[in-house]
Amino acid sequence: MNDMADQKLNPKLFDKDVEQAPIRKGFGEGLLQAGEEDPRVVALCADLTESTTMIRFAKKFPARFVNVGIGEQSMASVASGMSAMGKIPFFSSYAMFSPGRNWEQIRTTIAYNNRNCKIIGSHAGISVGPDGGTHQAVEDIAITRVIPRMVVIAPCDSIEAKKATLAAAKYDGPVYIRLAREGTPIVTTLDTPFAIGKAEIFFTPKNGLEIKVGIIATGSLVYNAIMAAKELEAAGIGAKVLNLPTIKPLDEEAVLALAKEAGAIVSVEEHQRKGGMGSAVAEYLVQVHPTKQAFIGVDDKFGQSGTPSELVEHYGMGISAIVSAAKKLVSQS
Amino acid sequence: MEHLHDERIKELELKANDIRQTIIEMLIEAGSGHTAGPLGMADVFTLLYFHALRHDPKHPEWSERDRLILSNGHICPVLYATMAHAGYFSVEECKTLRKFGSRLQGHPHREWLPALETSSGPLGSGLSQAVGMALAERMDHGKQSSKFFYCMLGDGELDCGQIWEAVMLAGKEKLHNLIGIIDRNNIQIDGFTEDIMPLEPLKDKWESFGWHVQEIDGHNMEAINNAIQEAKAIFNKPSVIIAHTIPGKGVDFTERRFEWHGNPPGKGPVDVVPKEKQGVEALNELRTLRGLIRSEHE
Repeated sequence: MNDMADQKLNPKLFDKDVEQAPIRKGFGEGLLQAGEEDPRVVALCADLTESTTMIRFAKKFPARFVNVGIGEQSMASVASGMSAMGKIPFFSSYAMFSPGRNWEQIRTTIAYNNRNCKIIGSHAGISVGPDGGTHQAVEDIAITRVIPRMVVIAPCDSIEAKKATLAAAKYDGPVYIRLAREGTPIVTTLDTPFAIGKAEIFFTPKNGLEIKVGIIATGSLVYNAIMAAKELEAAGIGAKVLNLPTIKPLDEEAVLALAKEAGAIVSVEEHQRKGGMGSAVAEYLVQVHPTKQAFIGVDDKFGQSGTPSELVEHYGMGISAIVSAAKKLVSQS
Repeated sequence: MEHLHDERIKELELKANDIRQTIIEMLIEAGSGHTAGPLGMADVFTLLYFHALRHDPKHPEWSERDRLILSNGHICPVLYATMAHAGYFSVEECKTLRKFGSRLQGHPHREWLPALETSSGPLGSGLSQAVGMALAERMDHGKQSSKFFYCMLGDGELDCGQIWEAVMLAGKEKLHNLIGIIDRNNIQIDGFTEDIMPLEPLKDKWESFGWHVQEIDGHNMEAINNAIQEAKAIFNKPSVIIAHTIPGKGVDFTERRFEWHGNPPGKGPVDVVPKEKQGVEALNELRTLRGLIRSEHE
């Protein structure tokens, strides 16, 4: 149970030249398919149709696509109005602008109003890279998960992003999907299970190593988390990795099971440590099974220009940072 | 929509007066809320709910109904009072305004009161929602759709940038099925609109964004009706009606004063009428039509 073969992960995951793809690419494919499957699906964009990959839907269904110009606030409320008439609107921009700039419109006209809208924040995280700190959304998980009713999903690769998009189209209610920009290693396959609200173990050490630490990862850093667990395995430290694509609602059963088994948790996300996925895990565990936890994420700072890998290393989210955090936790227990 | 005959105009004016009384009664009971905007828009809301709108108060979910989207949610007392008088719920329920557990939330929430088309309060987002609804309708039924989407706007909320994002989009999409109605009462919480953030030339602004614009006396039933008729006839662009209204209309001591924007009778300015007499005097003025006793009520 729960090992890599059972999850049908990418068999070449540990190869040096593991295939990479932008996570948002899966969204573009998923939206196209959702549009083919359900005529109620419509799309809105704020002048970023190509880079959010909405272009494929826009070309196939021009009558069901609206470009609102650079007006993210209005876009959220226009989507709300379309949902009131029975549509299933997906609207996309960079995460910094949606749900960043238009948070109140999302909160009031979509979530408070209980409208069936899907918010797609692309170019999320520090790995936006050279665009610099203005464009690096590392606060979006915090500001969306705090909104009642909002489902928050951060897919780990483009394949999971496609599944998340299709699942969001079928789910009745507001959903935020967070997409990273740059090429991200393909972790899953078409056969890997995905369901909203469900987390899965993506790495279990071999040779019956005792589990000393549980790594809970979301989004683009799931790959780093798995690589870190592999390194820990080589160092004789048993670490399991839980892929947590849905940050809200939290898969409490899976989180609790891992906390009980491992006794220590490292949370890994490309987001501020404050208020993100790690906080969601801690909020839950502290009530039912207080567990020592290390937070991998941006430590209360803004980003800057650089390559994605430079930035991920600089802000302490690289493989070695995860390994060190895990070792430190294990040595303390 | 038929022409308004004199007798019908008189009926509507009396109905608006009844609605103003309900507004005052509900605000007194609530002890908080907005007075100026609701009183000022009573005539427009009456004309809409008792003459212009295609709707069925006994079947609020009727799919072919026109939609009325209240963007400036704080004037909801006039929406609630008009809907109650139109038969959506009892006039008695109006007195639960702003109370714990009431369907009549301080700012409207459609889940508490499903007959509402949306929830509103934070200013500036209603027009975008109306644009979304009108766009969705046109996706389904093209330009043959006979449904209309009315968005009620305050003039103060035209300060919000989001309004102009929506104005541009509606102009771009040439949404003939969208009718905006602006309560041009010239006040907002902190003062007169032209002192806080000048809006003029307002007509020119909307026209330049591709809208058909009309300016009317928002207390003249015939003018309101004619403007709505014209707006529905315009086929190649969205329409906006700038309804010039007197804030606090109907009660001498509340008219034209921004201090009544966010205060109920009993908590308004005291230079004319002392607090404890504000409720009674306001109702007395309305019941007697400012001293002219209504024959049908004698």
